[in-house]
Amino acid sequence: MGYRMDQAGINRVFNGLAKEYRLFAPKCFEYEGAFSDTDSIHYGEVQTIEEIELMKKSNHSFKDALLPISETLFYFTEDEVKVADAPAKGALLFLRSCDLHALKRLDAIYLQNGEKDFYYKRLRDKIKIVLIGCEQAFESCFCVDMNTNRSENYDLSLDTIDGEYYLNCQFREWDMLLKENALEETIVMPKHVTETVTKVHVPDNLTAAVAASTMWDEYDARCIACGRCNFSCPTCTCYTMQDIFYTDNGKVGERRRVQASCMVDGFTDVAGGGSYRKKHGQRMRFKTLHKMLDFKQRFGYQMCVGCGRCDDVCPEYISFSNIVNRLDSATQEVSKNE
Amino acid sequence: MNNEYIPFSSEILEVIKHTDIEYTFRLAYKGEVRPGQFFEVSLPKYGEAPISVSGIGEECVDLTIRRVGKVTNEIFEHYVGDKLRLRGPYGNGFDIEQYKGKELVVVAGGTGLSPVRGVVDYFASHPDEVESMTLIAGFKTVKDILFLEDLARWRQSIEIILTVDCGEADAVCQVGLVTEHLPKLKNRNIQNAAAIVVGPPPMMRFTCLGLLELGYLESNIWVSQERKMCCGIGKCGHCKINDVYVCVDGPVFNYTRAKHLID
Repeated sequence: MGYRMDQAGINRVFNGLAKEYRLFAPKCFEYEGAFSDTDSIHYGEVQTIEEIELMKKSNHSFKDALLPISETLFYFTEDEVKVADAPAKGALLFLRSCDLHALKRLDAIYLQNGEKDFYYKRLRDKIKIVLIGCEQAFESCFCVDMNTNRSENYDLSLDTIDGEYYLNCQFREWDMLLKENALEETIVMPKHVTETVTKVHVPDNLTAAVAASTMWDEYDARCIACGRCNFSCPTCTCYTMQDIFYTDNGKVGERRRVQASCMVDGFTDVAGGGSYRKKHGQRMRFKTLHKMLDFKQRFGYQMCVGCGRCDDVCPEYISFSNIVNRLDSATQEVSKNE
Repeated sequence: MNNEYIPFSSEILEVIKHTDIEYTFRLAYKGEVRPGQFFEVSLPKYGEAPISVSGIGEECVDLTIRRVGKVTNEIFEHYVGDKLRLRGPYGNGFDIEQYKGKELVVVAGGTGLSPVRGVVDYFASHPDEVESMTLIAGFKTVKDILFLEDLARWRQSIEIILTVDCGEADAVCQVGLVTEHLPKLKNRNIQNAAAIVVGPPPMMRFTCLGLLELGYLESNIWVSQERKMCCGIGKCGHCKINDVYVCVDGPVFNYTRAKHLID
């Protein structure tokens, strides 16, 4: 069912939903950006619609809501282990279409690849989705080429037109609450992007053989292996285990998992000094092929959703979409040399 | 729902010292486990490390641990009666059935002998289940040799080529890299010759190439990979190579698949 609402109405809806859910949405954090005098847009808890940044793309993805940067798995004493508590409330995530597609990728790794992940699942089971309608692509977006520009599997959609809000509800239980606070019932179709400025083409004949291309060498020096691309990516899921103990009682502590990056030193280090992919170009190749080839071979669809955040965040101005677009000539280069 | 991350406590039943930095910890464990599988072994405060199973008993498993990192350093401070935390077993492990009736060679480098020890032990006890069985085990020096007692016992029923990279040859031990000894393999029917190769990456690469040169079929060669693994259940991403997760799809791979994996 669709609804038209004013600001007061939607805030009353938020208020109602807040009884059961924590609302996570993109927010503007003034002067917290990576560069001087810039703002940072990232996810945080909100109470009202005014707090949500609906006009700009968030620099960081929503994934921290499900996969915290650092997450305590359990607490330990000498003999006992206690599982960390989960938040009592569920979470309402405000996502653009690309990010909703990214959620499907997180599910693939955490729920389908091997055993289900206990910590992810208990958060995921209590998540509801608000789709933020997206009318126009941002400069670095390439969702259309990645087939992630449209989404249907949302609970509620949210579009802004002339200061009013248009919502489409697909979760029946909320209809009463929405109806009570709406100006009118109407048919609502969430907006979606149909064309992007940035375009990518993934060659159909792409194989792992492209690893032999010289294109990767360029990134040996240019990439500084900071890992920002991974941390801003909504589909990167890697983590590292970390034990910490309390300074006032060294026998008590906790095991955590912290987000990890395949671009950063130490990602492949094994005890005794062995490591793989020492060159930054090799890491760039590894990441690119994971996003554009390996994941698809395993799950049947591309991992990258074309949100373009890695392009926006790179301090060396490396463009991932450009890398993808070079795969065609790199594939030709490799087949010639064979 | 099952929480795979919670380790259980396991008592150290016995500590067998091989070298200054390599001990086998015999740990209490009841349950199904295959050679080549691994456990995440941990000590709170120090973290977890994936360690492959080097022996399987009725109510115990052996973990042969090399003292080379933060976790393993601390494990070496623990003795009989103490407890380690475990979770697992993880990974596919070796399928003994695949090697039955074959002319089997196991080529192991250093601690690479641990994950295949169970396979060697099985066929050394059941030599009639293979056409022939040879173990080529290479170590850096005589001081680094692991499982000396096992090697002496196995020698009674299977062919053993024990070799060290540097040192002097004697009655039991030869000198040279494992690859140098491959031509000594005498196969009656190369189509039926199978090989398991485990060790450091360059050793595995050149051993596989050596075996292929001898005419071994790619599909008859198996390798076991070692990678950093934080979860053991396909989540943490550290062990991913191409579209493969070593922890859930491996660590044992047939060469037809392994040859395509590019780190």
